Amino acid sequence: MPARAAYDDVVLAVPVTIPYVRYSIKSAHWFLGRAMAELIAAAGIPKARIDGLAVASFTLAPDTAVGLTQHLGLTLRWLEHVPMGGASGIVSIRRAARAVQSADAEIVACIAGDTNHTDSFRRNTASFSQFSQDAVYPYGSAGPNASFAFLTDYYMRKYGAQREDFGKLCVAQRNNALKNPLALLKKPLTLDQYLNARLVADPLRLFDCVMPCAGAEGFLVMRRGTAEHLGLRYARLMGAIERHNAFPDDPVQYRGGWALDSEALYEQAGVGPDDIDFVETYDDYPVINLLQFEGLGFCREGEGTAFIRANTFEATGTFPLNTSGGQLSVGQAGAAGGHLGIIEAIRQLTGETLGARVPNARHGLVSGFGMINYDRGICSGAAVLAAA
Amino acid sequence: MPEPATQPKLKNPVLRTRQPTLPPASRSRVALGLTAAAARGRLELQVCRDCGAVQFPPREVCRTCLSHCLVWRLQDGRGELLTETMLRNAQELFFRERLPWRVGIIHLDAGVNVIAFVHASVGAAPCRVHIKAALDRAGQAVLIAVPEHGRLDLSQDPKLREMTCDPRSRKILVTDGKSALGQAVVRALAEAGAERIWIGEAERWKKAPGFEALRELPQAMIVPLDVTDGNSVRELAGEIGAKVDILVNTCDCHRTFSIASRRGVETAQLEMDVNYFGLLRLAQEFGPVIKARAADGPTSAVAWVNMLSIFALSNYPTHGTYSASKAAAFSLSQALRAELGQAGVRVINIFPGPIDDEWDQLERPPKLSPSGVASAVVEALKGSVEDVYPGDVAQDWLARHLDNPKGLERELSEGAQ
Amino acid sequence: MNAAKKGEATTPPTDLRAILSGVIGSSGVRLVDLTQTLSPDFPPIVLPPEMGQSRPFRMEEISRYDDRGPGWYWNNVSFGEHTGTHFDAPIHWISGRDRPNNSLDTLPIEHFIAPACVIDCGAEASANADFLLTVGHIAAWEKQHGRIPAGSWVLMRTDWSKRTDAVAYQNLDETGQHTPGPDPDCVRLLVNERDVLGFGTETIGTDAGQAAHFAPPYPCHYYMHGAGKYGLQCLCNLDRLPATGALIVAAPLKILGGSGSPLRVFAIVPASRGGG
Repeated sequence: MPARAAYDDVVLAVPVTIPYVRYSIKSAHWFLGRAMAELIAAAGIPKARIDGLAVASFTLAPDTAVGLTQHLGLTLRWLEHVPMGGASGIVSIRRAARAVQSADAEIVACIAGDTNHTDSFRRNTASFSQFSQDAVYPYGSAGPNASFAFLTDYYMRKYGAQREDFGKLCVAQRNNALKNPLALLKKPLTLDQYLNARLVADPLRLFDCVMPCAGAEGFLVMRRGTAEHLGLRYARLMGAIERHNAFPDDPVQYRGGWALDSEALYEQAGVGPDDIDFVETYDDYPVINLLQFEGLGFCREGEGTAFIRANTFEATGTFPLNTSGGQLSVGQAGAAGGHLGIIEAIRQLTGETLGARVPNARHGLVSGFGMINYDRGICSGAAVLAAA
Repeated sequence: MPEPATQPKLKNPVLRTRQPTLPPASRSRVALGLTAAAARGRLELQVCRDCGAVQFPPREVCRTCLSHCLVWRLQDGRGELLTETMLRNAQELFFRERLPWRVGIIHLDAGVNVIAFVHASVGAAPCRVHIKAALDRAGQAVLIAVPEHGRLDLSQDPKLREMTCDPRSRKILVTDGKSALGQAVVRALAEAGAERIWIGEAERWKKAPGFEALRELPQAMIVPLDVTDGNSVRELAGEIGAKVDILVNTCDCHRTFSIASRRGVETAQLEMDVNYFGLLRLAQEFGPVIKARAADGPTSAVAWVNMLSIFALSNYPTHGTYSASKAAAFSLSQALRAELGQAGVRVINIFPGPIDDEWDQLERPPKLSPSGVASAVVEALKGSVEDVYPGDVAQDWLARHLDNPKGLERELSEGAQ
Repeated sequence: MNAAKKGEATTPPTDLRAILSGVIGSSGVRLVDLTQTLSPDFPPIVLPPEMGQSRPFRMEEISRYDDRGPGWYWNNVSFGEHTGTHFDAPIHWISGRDRPNNSLDTLPIEHFIAPACVIDCGAEASANADFLLTVGHIAAWEKQHGRIPAGSWVLMRTDWSKRTDAVAYQNLDETGQHTPGPDPDCVRLLVNERDVLGFGTETIGTDAGQAAHFAPPYPCHYYMHGAGKYGLQCLCNLDRLPATGALIVAAPLKILGGSGSPLRVFAIVPASRGGG
């Protein structure tokens, strides 16, 4: 297999968040439109300079990125609609990076966002995928709560994880979130509260489950020269991987696609796990963090529990994790859930954090995961970013 | 521990009756293959004709070799429960109203994963289980994990009992309890624990042997019902309709004429008036009130059973006009199924072969006894099916019809005059 | 009908309606309805199941001031020709099939008003459901009321119409139907020696319930229709008629080739003549 091409000179800039709200009467177009407006304002560029667009959204339907071009008045030479849930952000980076490298586009906006009406979550879940409609939803219509309950139950029995281990992550992330003005969950969380919260889908309890909301995230991808010309702060893209439908014969998903490509990721990035100063994992339910720790080489397969017990995860801890609070404390704005970590990583690496700051952050890793099409998450991806 | 089905309390009449909700009914077309098999109480999955791989969820091409030659095959459903959860929260009203739900991932020995409801009597994961197919209240196939050994009794699980139409503790109308078959159905339902059985009787001046003995059944109550008379149907529906949980339509006018062997349409009109229009009158008068009670507590209105005939599937020319009247009833029952299905009430069609009675006197054995057919009715109500073909002849005709309906038509016409 | 009162000068009638209403409205006559209500509950004649069946009366509503017809109420009705209170024409029986003017549309209209002789068998019929009217009973009746005139109806009162329970009215058991009627000799007498217009009963047939076993079977149908005479069945209120003197109005439907029809049959009775 030939070596992967490097991401020379590809940078990420202008991290933008449209503040999350629990429910909104606006449509996804509003949140994505706001994200686009903030991007060009913060970048100091006219809208016409945006010549590439990658979009991820569940509630944009019946529109895709195509509808958005006319809705927002954009003329583009590169367009991508990325329906990969929480992996959309990483995948958008990979697509946009090659586009700007090959000069197919100059400045690519990567935006993700969703609205959340009172019935949005049910409707999205009910028509999530053909396999889900045929073989999952009719069994209790619990959506991802059921899917992750299976993964959590299986992982706990296979590797002996305890709820306290998951709770430790949740508490740490909440501590990170308390400093984030945009986090929707603003109250401190104790381990006791975590352990005794009401059951949702055994063994998951209330604080194991991400809260869906409305909002949007966005950033720009361009060549370093373009960013410097515009006077923008940026983070450099060092490496990126994606994998879909990995390990299809695993009876229940206990390892994610990262395990197949993490070596290649670090090789491409020119750094190793020990060089990573902070990690933004995809964290809609705590167990998926462990699959990312193991799959991305921070510990061996099955040793996620020991890893948690051996570390602290606040921004100033031994292993800064989800430094803005992660989805579990900030909220999940639909398809923007996988962009949240990217935006936070850019803020950490450009020194423009909203809340907690990781000291001396040089390298960060962002991970994405998504699309439980039937009985396991199909899409996974990760990227290594570096300070300028 | 599973709770046994106990005698339900009386309903408080000042409280609003709960309206029916349904589990999600959307399925892709290819997934309806699962429903077709479940309707007959079978678990079938697709198998690739080229490489033998079993498929799940249902799909269009083989997940292994991409062949499009996938065929539905009976499965034994053995497997291992890998992981499970108890759902305390649900998106859909139907599930929300009946929390919690026990569900799990089962790996079948056949090589695929299924997500299924887990019967209360199954031990904790990991353990061996059997997967069965059932029909949920939306009439779609769902899978249920039951213990590997022992008889399946869905009624022992209070959640899964709702997928059955268990006659125990229910009030049932048998529209014709006077024919030999009707009497057998009444007795079988009494045996199955029905709380009340209204026994319809037309033409009270005609005596039938064995009929008066039904009065000895403690739950029996003989009521006048002539399905050829709209007034009669309307009056009975007004009187007892709001209490009927299960309606078993046994009314049948069976004559043995082909087209040429009886001049005039009088006899055929009588067959139609009982077998087709009778069903229509019953459906118009009892349908709405049964629908309204579809979620009315543990003894809700739950099923409508039609005694059809295997002749409804393919015309038996020596009983040509009778076959046509049963085919008309069959078609109408599909419309009835669509209407009652809106409230989750199940329409069950029984397609027996020739019965050992006066009108099938000249049919050669094997013939069904009335009690045999009655057992099939009770079994269907206790299970989770909607198409029942009791007996060897019915099974044989069904197999031939599914295999080559035109061939069956030819074979049946060989006996026609 | 237009009987002139004794002693009055007879002037030719000029306004028939005024005369009739004057006669009916006065204490001169009363009308007695001899017809059972045509309803789905009224039992039809029972035949073995392998034979063609006569339909009971059925009504299917077309509309009732509703979306099917906002301003009106009406029904489609169906029935056998021999359902409910009904008239039998000679063509109904095989013995009458070649008689002239033997179907409903060809019957002479003059026959639709005729006098009646009412023979009271109420006590006998209540004691014996298979009671048969014999020539002896005719002789006894004629001794009291005079000879049965030609062209009159002979009505066999049995009070059977008071059996409002259909099961009792049909009176079926494993040996068949048990209802009263005339025996063959009696019928032959009425046909051959009295030239009656027809025979009427309160039961479901003019013949007795067990008449299938008589020689010939169903003698009333056989002989009456064979001679071009008529039948009336399922009558009621015969107990309100005098033995003689009542005028029966019985006009069946004018059905093409009809063998019989339900009808409104009533009696005009002189007020001075009580029932019974």
